[in-house]
Amino acid sequence: MSKVVFEKPKALADVPFHYCPGCTHGIVHRLVAEVIDELGVEDRTIGIAPVGCSVFAYNYFNCDMIEAAHGRAPAVATGVKRSLPESVVFTYQGDGDLAAIGTAETVHIAARGENVTIIFINNAIYGMTGGQMAPTTMPGQVTTTSPYGRDRKIQGSPIHVCEMLSTLDGTAYAERVAVNSPKHVIAAKKAIRKAFDMQLNKKGFSIVEVLSTCPTNWGMSPTDALKWVESDMIPFYPLGVYKDITKEEA
Amino acid sequence: MTTGILIAGFGGQGVQFSGKQIAKTGMYEGKQVSFLSSYGPEMRGGTSNCSVIISDEEIGSPLVTTPDVLIAFNIASYDKFESKIKAGGILFADSTLIAKKSEREDITAYYIPATGLANENGLTGFANVIMLGYVMAVTGLFSYETFLGHMVESIPESKAALIEKNKKALEIGFNYKA
Amino acid sequence: MAKKVLMKGNEAIAEAAIKSGCRHYFGYPITPQTEIAEYMAKRMPKVGGLCLQAESEIAAINMVLGAASAGVRVMTSSSSPGISLKSEGISYIAGCDLPCLILNVQRGGPGLGGIQPAQSDYYQATKANGHGDMHLIVVAPASVQEMASLTGLAFDLGDKYRIPVMMLADGALGQMMEPVDFEGIGCETLPEKPWAACGHGGKRKHNVINSLFIQPEELERTVIERFERYKVIEENEVRYEEYMTEDADIVIVSYGITSRICKTAIANARKQGVKVGMLRPITLWPYPKAALRRLAETASQFLTVELNMGQMVDDVKLAIECKKPVSFFGRTGGMMPSTDEVTAEIMKLAKGGNN
Repeated sequence: MSKVVFEKPKALADVPFHYCPGCTHGIVHRLVAEVIDELGVEDRTIGIAPVGCSVFAYNYFNCDMIEAAHGRAPAVATGVKRSLPESVVFTYQGDGDLAAIGTAETVHIAARGENVTIIFINNAIYGMTGGQMAPTTMPGQVTTTSPYGRDRKIQGSPIHVCEMLSTLDGTAYAERVAVNSPKHVIAAKKAIRKAFDMQLNKKGFSIVEVLSTCPTNWGMSPTDALKWVESDMIPFYPLGVYKDITKEEA
Repeated sequence: MTTGILIAGFGGQGVQFSGKQIAKTGMYEGKQVSFLSSYGPEMRGGTSNCSVIISDEEIGSPLVTTPDVLIAFNIASYDKFESKIKAGGILFADSTLIAKKSEREDITAYYIPATGLANENGLTGFANVIMLGYVMAVTGLFSYETFLGHMVESIPESKAALIEKNKKALEIGFNYKA
Repeated sequence: MAKKVLMKGNEAIAEAAIKSGCRHYFGYPITPQTEIAEYMAKRMPKVGGLCLQAESEIAAINMVLGAASAGVRVMTSSSSPGISLKSEGISYIAGCDLPCLILNVQRGGPGLGGIQPAQSDYYQATKANGHGDMHLIVVAPASVQEMASLTGLAFDLGDKYRIPVMMLADGALGQMMEPVDFEGIGCETLPEKPWAACGHGGKRKHNVINSLFIQPEELERTVIERFERYKVIEENEVRYEEYMTEDADIVIVSYGITSRICKTAIANARKQGVKVGMLRPITLWPYPKAALRRLAETASQFLTVELNMGQMVDDVKLAIECKKPVSFFGRTGGMMPSTDEVTAEIMKLAKGGNN
């Protein structure tokens, strides 16, 4: 008799992703869906999709979904959570959405300590519009709008989101992870689970920043992109837990 | 009949309170009423004014620009609005703070040293209520009892000590003879 | 007789919203409507509701989007510059077919403008509340009492048609106090919202609240379906008041605070023998086109009176297909016309001063 060794999480819709080859959105979607399954909360989960490559996230999850305006997912999430305090609410946002146009909403959802989880995809570039500079584009990194490499004197410095949000009292949990290797994927899953646990235990705001790839706009092969995360991104955006109030409480 | 009342003075002289009390009393007496206060930065320490309309008919504009009755609590308000009073209208001025006398012959002017009377009677801060008592006595807009009853009603229990002072102030104004 | 209370227009709206089952308010302070947030902050916790001061108008309207998506009765309020900031969210709310109440207590503009009453956001409210092919139901109260009663109606219409409703008021209405009677305002049971994103509970397919339709065919279909609903609204929900129009030679068209000034002016002009009346639109969208067309059969001319440089005047001309002359009188920047000014304008028209 054959044994099922691999299946889609129930919270993930049985449709093909529209993402480019080598993009890690698919992995992160799956991790979120696995966590929803494990916790058995799909029936009371509402996800908020952003504007960016993951704009169609509402097609990929089987929980109720809302598509927000660019940058406004944290405000929409606040409206949902405050209307349905027993629901499980997550937003899924990219770097342009979360750290450029939606900076105010991001800072304030954390400051208020909303019991909401943000899954933040940091690939250091604007994907959907075709490779422009993001607020997380690194110094020296070439994009279509920083063609000579990001110059701190001209384009300013990138934002370290987890470090910034960890300074706010309302943030219960902030961790940066990556999904460029099996080991990192396993750690990322743990972090997402922990973030949802924080929400379920009403500890406050939780965010997991996921260093992701964009082979198309980075101009790399999928494998080179994974290597670049290790060689260039992780040294600049160190992985780790930036805030965990349950540790502080203990 | 429609009576447009304009009350004006410094912020803190009880201009808004006076206007609201007049409007409320009118409402309880079954009249159509409206109250519109000046708002915004104007309220911050500077001049304060409000429009009150009491009418037997539906009220049009709530803004009183040419009042039937002007109640002026300071010189700035007097200077600004005395000329705007309708012919046949009435002026009330707190003569402690307004030394001028109106030269208009088409209005009737009443002067009461409301602030002085308040200070003399240990009622500092109640000049507006003294003025209201006087306005009531002169115009007969509504009954003393109705007015007093609803003013007392609007004072929260935590501030019960204010009731006696309000009553006393109202009485002083009501019985004032120029 | 139910007891009347003397209330500010802003407070009356807030209380009426609570009585209508609204338990979620999101806002950001701006004069002349801040009393609403203050009133909500005091009252909501006592009725198990929520008043949340957002970090910006943009955040507030998106919180409204979230709460409306979750299926609750929700509102926000602001004044002109703040409404501009909310435009984006309003468009998304319209595109998602979400019911909610958005209140604009208008002040003078453009830009930061002033804080005194205006009606200069008429175009914005009725034509371009946000980008895209869309409408909001727009209601325009003319008294504190009507601010309360239209608040209840706004929530009901919003839920009935899955459409955002804007109440277009102004600084004078928001700030003035008048007696208000809340009898009859409220609702026993709130309607079911099977479309809401409130967790599928394992009982249905998952719901998606969305305004993105990347295939043009699909988007066109969605918009056309929505416009079919708009048509039903236009057929059933037009509201207006006629005042002394039976024999009127001159018909004034005016809404909100200015309509009150006009009523007094009409009384004055009638005393001087001028047959003048008024149509007061209560819904600005849908607009009382048919009623105006009917009046155009008998009246010889129209006059719109507004607190702007002439905005609604266009809709009157369109409604009557320019069959009769339509003139305009208004003040702007926060100025209010006096009754005498309006009376003088009527007298001028009566004497043939239109040209």
